[in-house]
Amino acid sequence: MSERIPILRIGDTLLVSVQTDLEDQTVLNLQEDLADQIVARSAQGVIIDISALEIVDSFVGRMLATIAAISRMLDARTVVVGMRPAVAITLVELGLSLGGVSTALDLEKGLAKLSRPTSSAPQ
Amino acid sequence: MTAPWTVDEEPRVHPVARSGDLVHVRQVIRVLAQRCGLSLVDQTKLITAASELARNALIYGGGGTVRAGLVEANGRRGVAAVFEDSGPGISDVGQAMTDGWTSGSGLGLGLSGARRLVDDFELSTVPGEGTAVTIVKWAR
Ligand SMILES: Nc1ncnc2c1ncn2[C@@H]1O[C@H](COP(=O)(O)OP(=O)(O)OP(=O)(O)O)[C@@H](O)[C@H]1O
Ligand SMILES: [Mg+2]
Repeated sequence: MSERIPILRIGDTLLVSVQTDLEDQTVLNLQEDLADQIVARSAQGVIIDISALEIVDSFVGRMLATIAAISRMLDARTVVVGMRPAVAITLVELGLSLGGVSTALDLEKGLAKLSRPTSSAPQ
Repeated sequence: MTAPWTVDEEPRVHPVARSGDLVHVRQVIRVLAQRCGLSLVDQTKLITAASELARNALIYGGGGTVRAGLVEANGRRGVAAVFEDSGPGISDVGQAMTDGWTSGSGLGLGLSGARRLVDDFELSTVPGEGTAVTIVKWAR
């Protein structure tokens, strides 16, 4: 069976830490699991830590954008944290600027971002 | 461009038959990129391009193979990879290479983005017979 990435909860925030290179199916599972958990746990925010990811291709990039969009619809905010500089450079050159995805440099800054009141609707 | 395999060894052939194979392909390319001495950013670009092309071979080509190895030309070393499938081919290459064009549910960035991420990029395709994409990233 395909792998599932654990989803932790800190207060009303869900935390996902991606530890290894992912199979496509694991990525899709994460999308579904997060949507379920946002509702089941009335989460206000989602943090996805990708600091361990050495590459983000268009498939994973699309997944990040989709999770951000789904959580927005379920009244939660998503922050992607820990993107490596080489990954950022590559994504921009690939043509994927992840416009609708909020980011922070590390977990602490991501949590701080979530704790601020929404200034204007994202995107 | 028939990939000029010259260095040390014959390129290895890796299957792209199921989605789990993409993880293996990325790993293989990473090892070659490190052996070649590519910078961290160039490694990341090459692996990302390879991931896009291998996924295309799987999704649109119905599966295929990746041949990858070290190459050398004009005193420079590089990593070359050839992604081959015997799927339906691409009838309009110009359209397929356009940013944002997809026949499926993708973002249409795989081919055009992969071309930007590598130094050499060559696509040859015959409708009804298949597609081969060769890429090279050279060490600086
Ligand atoms: N190996 C292939 N065989 C047949 N058609 C292909 C192949 N590779 C790409 N194509 C065609 O070219 C189009 C563009 O490919 P490209 O990788 O740029 O975008 P995508 O796969 O649709 O989306 P993305 O890669 O951004 O998720 C595809 O939608 C498909 O129609
Ligand atoms: Mg593609």
